[in-house]
Amino acid sequence: MAQTTFEEISAADFFYRNRDIAGFTNPSRAIFVAIRELVENSLDAAESHRIPPDVYVRLSYEGEASADTQIYKLRVEDNGIGVPPRHIPSAFGQILFGSKYKLKQQRGTFGLGGKMAILYGQITTHQPASIISSTGISKTYMYKLMIDIQRNRPLILDRKVLINKDMWRGTIVEFTLEGDYFRSMPKILDYFKQTAMVNPYANLTFVDPKGRLYKFARITKDMPAPPKETLPHPYGVDVELLQRLIQITPYKSMSEFLRYHFHRVGEITARKFLEFSALSPSKNPKKLTHEEIVRLMHMLKRYREFLPPDASCLSPLGEDLLKAGILKELKPEFVAVHQRKPATYAGHPFIIEVGIAYGGEIPKKGVFLVYRFANRIPLLYDEANDVSLRAISAMNWRRYRVLPDMPVAILVHICSTKVPYKTVGKEFIADRPEIRKEIANGLREVARQIQHFMSKREHVDRERKRLGVFSKYLPRIAEFSTKLAGKEKLPDVEKLLTSVKKYGEEEA
Amino acid sequence: MEKKKHKSSVMERRKEVLAGLKNLGGKIYDQMDKGTFPSLDMPSRSTDNIAYDEQLRQFILGDRRVRRSARNIRHVKPFTQLVWAALFSNELSSQRKTSTLRDVYYSAQAYEMTFKDQQESNNIITDLETVLGFSREDFNIFPEERSAVFGDLTIEYTVPGYEGKKLDLTSHPDGVLIGPALTSSEFVKTSADKVIAIEKGGLFTRFIEERVHKKYNSILVLTSGQAPRATRHFIRRLSEELNLPVYIFTDGDPWGMHIAMVIISGSANAAHLRELNTPDAKWSGVWATDIVNYKLPTDPLDEVDMKRLFELQKDPRYKDPLWRREIKTFMKIRKKAEQEAFSRYGLTYIVDEYLPAKLEETK
Repeated sequence: MAQTTFEEISAADFFYRNRDIAGFTNPSRAIFVAIRELVENSLDAAESHRIPPDVYVRLSYEGEASADTQIYKLRVEDNGIGVPPRHIPSAFGQILFGSKYKLKQQRGTFGLGGKMAILYGQITTHQPASIISSTGISKTYMYKLMIDIQRNRPLILDRKVLINKDMWRGTIVEFTLEGDYFRSMPKILDYFKQTAMVNPYANLTFVDPKGRLYKFARITKDMPAPPKETLPHPYGVDVELLQRLIQITPYKSMSEFLRYHFHRVGEITARKFLEFSALSPSKNPKKLTHEEIVRLMHMLKRYREFLPPDASCLSPLGEDLLKAGILKELKPEFVAVHQRKPATYAGHPFIIEVGIAYGGEIPKKGVFLVYRFANRIPLLYDEANDVSLRAISAMNWRRYRVLPDMPVAILVHICSTKVPYKTVGKEFIADRPEIRKEIANGLREVARQIQHFMSKREHVDRERKRLGVFSKYLPRIAEFSTKLAGKEKLPDVEKLLTSVKKYGEEEA
Repeated sequence: MEKKKHKSSVMERRKEVLAGLKNLGGKIYDQMDKGTFPSLDMPSRSTDNIAYDEQLRQFILGDRRVRRSARNIRHVKPFTQLVWAALFSNELSSQRKTSTLRDVYYSAQAYEMTFKDQQESNNIITDLETVLGFSREDFNIFPEERSAVFGDLTIEYTVPGYEGKKLDLTSHPDGVLIGPALTSSEFVKTSADKVIAIEKGGLFTRFIEERVHKKYNSILVLTSGQAPRATRHFIRRLSEELNLPVYIFTDGDPWGMHIAMVIISGSANAAHLRELNTPDAKWSGVWATDIVNYKLPTDPLDEVDMKRLFELQKDPRYKDPLWRREIKTFMKIRKKAEQEAFSRYGLTYIVDEYLPAKLEETK
């Protein structure tokens, strides 16, 4: 009988073996994902302290790797809050270590992306990553690190402490990786453009391997209110979360346990719920059996009286910033935006923001240009499967005087503490009925606005054409009839033209 | 006949046309000068405003009128085109030049008055006819000429360069084209006592060769299928001014029958015009009953022919017993015959036997 060996593998080892699920599928995708993850970390690092972000990205050519791939050095600098020196090795050299395990809206969720990029660089080029960071104190710290994949531990190769005369604050990450820039270039440029669209308060700079500079300048220093951390909502819990909470809780009664670990549960709600689920308020949560925990989870989901989660943990862009971003990057003739009221799915709050833009520099493609965002991250792949696209195609746009052959761009932004991505690669959003409904309602609102604009424009067009027809023909009638009647002086048509104009304005 | 009287008829008509055009210009000018949008009234040409007038024996327009106003966005362009067409006609008439519908279409482009297509410019000319009550030939706009006349008739030209020049219409054995110059000429003298109109060129030539004009003392007119309006007006003048009876010979089918009818009673398309028809003209053949009586070689009537017969049966112009009888006979025998069918009895049979018999029968 064959013997099966079971071995435990580290998180780093797991992702090393399964890098596909984090988006590092192929050399061109890898370089895009690496840039994206680091830029998002940089934006988060600045935004969390309401610093208008300055992010500088440079990709430089280092040499050939294979027939189709090259070695590149990627350098990302930000003006974020910096990483305290003692956390630097873990923050950049240990998978699933991070500051992102609390419930508030953030770009990254798993504390995985940046480190996956470094890990990918290490396994393709065997070079250490270099991290420079300062929290704005008098010293700057520089580390050279590699990841010990089997043990999921950082290996510090070098560490320097530098004098920070200018009191610089921020983080610089630099490492080499294998990739195919020229195949991924269109996506990378799209990524920067779209990121700039929903982060109009950020300066983004990208220097590509040919030395070309792409600069996306901020147009405002106004930033959306940062999200507040919240407790999990009862509808959103699972057995695993309940068990963890029970492990760490200092509270000795069920009533306190519910009140202090759950969102929107107060004394009265806790009491009513415990009555509903026939649990004693004084029961010690640590004494719950496994069966009781499972039952508790079901009861939490079944109880109808919990208030919906509030949205203070969300940080939508807001209508003004959304409009500013669209105007800045798409330069349309018309834009309408709308922010929906907060809603929830499975206990997770979310807010939908939508925008529609027409004309100007928007190209005519024969289909709507669709820009999808989740927590201010552009989603560039798998558009066809996304819930936004389904909501868009389900709309009767003709009713709103909008046709696919018009230069129209539609933007959908979902903010949530838990965006229902279908993949770890964060590419598209699952078709949840609650989300779809909110997107559809938002689309209808902006569609009404564009319809209004379209009919007004048609009216102005019609009037302009109308006046054009009269000013073309009336003088000729005057000319011809003068000749035909054998007169000398032309009759004055200006008065008639003025009356045409007035009539048109009255109609408007 | 008195030469002088006829001369003035052509000249007077020309004067009337020019006065009408100038008057139209003045009306529009005055409206604009007063600061109002110019507008024009004209009888409606829609089918429900066309009726057959028993007295005039032609179609006429009813009382309904339409107003074309430069105030209306949809009218202002056709209105301008109409005024332009009037100006263009005025220039043609006063400079005594002629033109065709095709010319009108192209000339407009010189005035940056581009017409969408030929149909649009044709419609404008018809509007002008309706407004003024003159036909386009009166404005010197002629169709392509294809019909001809031959016979003992002397005419006197009035066109520039030929004024006073006379022509005997037997002087050319192919006949003389019924074009602008002939249409505007005065009739001087004739020895003929009848007019024979013929649908087809082949038979027209045969008649000339067989000296039908001499043998039957007639003026021969070739209509070349459906007679152009200038030819219909010319036939009317022959009938009215020279007081000659008119006999029409066509193919023996519904289409030939209708060619004769249009010469006699006019068409609905020309309901806004007068003096294009010749109410006393006679259709002399080839009748359906001729096909039977003369045992002519035939072709069967096809579906389109039959459909046409049903239409003609409902047409108010076809109410006389002769027409009704012939329609019925066509429907019964379901056959048609061309004029050339008489050649089965020899080339001269039609002239020697058929023609005199029919002239007598339809006298």
